[in-house]
Amino acid sequence: MSQLTIEKPWQRWSIRFGVFVAMAILTIPGLWVVLTAFRPNIEVLARPAVWIPQNPTLDNFARLFGLSSEQQGLPVAQYFINSLVISITSTLVAVAIGMAGGYAFARFRFPGKGGLFLAFMLSRTVPGVALSLPLFIIWARLGLIDTSFGLILVYLAVNIPFTIWLTDGFFRQIPVDLSEAAQIDGCTRWQAFWKVEFPLARSGLASAAIFAFLTSWNEYALASQLTRTTASKTMPVGLMDFTAQFTVDWTGMSAMAVLIIIPALVLTFVVQKHLIAGLTFGGVK
Amino acid sequence: MAEVRLEKVVKRYGKIEVVHGIDLEIAHNEFVVLVGPSGCGKSTTLRMIAGLEDASDGAITIGDRVVNELPPRARNISMVFQSYALYPHMTVRDNLGFGLKIAGQDEALIKKSVDAAAEILGLEPYMDRLPANLSGGQRQRVAMGRAIVRDPDVFLFDEPLSNLDAKLRGQMRVEIKKLHQRVKTTVIYVTHDQVEAMTLADRIVIMRDGYIEQIGTPTEVFERPVNTFVAGFIGSPPMNQLDAVVRGGKAVLSDGVEVPLGPDHKVSEGQAIILGFRPESFAPKGHSLHGEANALAIERTVNIAEPLGTETILFADLGGLEVQGKMLNPRVVKEGETLGFTLDLSKLHVFDKASGRSVSA
Repeated sequence: MSQLTIEKPWQRWSIRFGVFVAMAILTIPGLWVVLTAFRPNIEVLARPAVWIPQNPTLDNFARLFGLSSEQQGLPVAQYFINSLVISITSTLVAVAIGMAGGYAFARFRFPGKGGLFLAFMLSRTVPGVALSLPLFIIWARLGLIDTSFGLILVYLAVNIPFTIWLTDGFFRQIPVDLSEAAQIDGCTRWQAFWKVEFPLARSGLASAAIFAFLTSWNEYALASQLTRTTASKTMPVGLMDFTAQFTVDWTGMSAMAVLIIIPALVLTFVVQKHLIAGLTFGGVK
Repeated sequence: MAEVRLEKVVKRYGKIEVVHGIDLEIAHNEFVVLVGPSGCGKSTTLRMIAGLEDASDGAITIGDRVVNELPPRARNISMVFQSYALYPHMTVRDNLGFGLKIAGQDEALIKKSVDAAAEILGLEPYMDRLPANLSGGQRQRVAMGRAIVRDPDVFLFDEPLSNLDAKLRGQMRVEIKKLHQRVKTTVIYVTHDQVEAMTLADRIVIMRDGYIEQIGTPTEVFERPVNTFVAGFIGSPPMNQLDAVVRGGKAVLSDGVEVPLGPDHKVSEGQAIILGFRPESFAPKGHSLHGEANALAIERTVNIAEPLGTETILFADLGGLEVQGKMLNPRVVKEGETLGFTLDLSKLHVFDKASGRSVSA
């Protein structure tokens, strides 16, 4: 319909202005973080604010990796590895289980199906932080505090219901006829899934995977409760290393935030095509 | 060689029985059409033969094997779906060759079989296209090609033409018939369209509410329908069916018209019957199909005339209902015009009113 309505110039410009304001509110804090990563500490709290770094520097990154003489480095590499291991493992497992679950909900009838699906969705309505205390107590009993495995389990619990919900929708859109035709063409049910339904659901699975990855990658609240040392601390938790009793190292923190953003950004760009196709699946059929 | 035999086949979903113990024997290379209104169990029956639904009871035999427990892939059948069910992510060539590839045939053989099928169906120019870039008729052909490539014992068609427009449907109907002449195989074809059934079938199986009402050649079911349902379902426009009572060897209609019944109809005095006759048996004088040697003259006013070119369908009141007549070699008829109709007495169908069953020989 939008092609049919003729916009007057002032309408077009006011829409652009509105979008600009909205995007500014969303992106300026992020931009500020990125800019701060490249400025000397003295510019951070300057009044009036210094927007563009006057003396751009890579010192903050150098300090992170212990390449600077002023300050001892932080175990950023270890945090990065922890984050990667935890996020990738929990994403792969969540997508594998979620895909199976989503397929089952989309294709099979079984007793209690509606209730179970609702229960999964309701689990998403509980704020994660509300679980932190009970989780902490149980994890402590089980000896899972400060382990990657403990955190992976938590992220699985968060991600699987969402993945099931998302993939259920994608499998529902693939006609049952296709799987049946494949079975008549000589496939087992398993082959029909892998050769016909899986390739068609791939964009949906890619979007499910990226959501799961970003959730685990960015999660702070639970990770901050359940990790203690370099054995399991993730990047977002590592940010807190920059706060001391009376001071906060804003530039160092921003540099680390940039390091957190980069992989997420790269990943999003790589799967962007799938992501958009995935999110608009119903519209383009 | 593949005959298909259904013995007392039942389908239940939970407690609801939708197919009630049907028996059917289909000969090798026979083209059988299952026809009936929606919900009559024809598609369910086909899906049970395909193995996509389990038969709740009874035995399904293909060739000399009882296939009840076999998965679809082990039945050596192929099926054309109403939606075509082409694999959207594969080219036409890959769609056609998919079954052979799964079966582990070698590339050269697959290419040969696929090319042969493509040639039969005229698909050569489209081999590298995706299904999304094909027209409805082309998709339909790919779906049929995919079915014939595997050289199955039995072809199953599940309403394959209902997604096409009327013109293309007529065209594809002819192609399916030609295909069967060329690729001799047992065919089971499901449709709700009685024209498809009449034109394609060696034998028609008419189903209603999970029962088989009649099995016969197109001529048999047309000329000798066993009950009022079949009489109304086969033929277009449908057979006129009027309530009547037998008095003195005549069927007396509710408006007093008396129609003499011949000795072929086993009726008793006072019996409530339904008198059936097809529109082509009720025509204005000089415009009938079978001549007027044994005809009853009835004068009637035309309510509506539908000129179709080679014939005109006339609507007139008779026996308390509006009946349809067919005027061959038509002249222009005005609505409200009174015409002398003839009712061909040799083409009457008489049904017992209580049971709906035919009492005509």
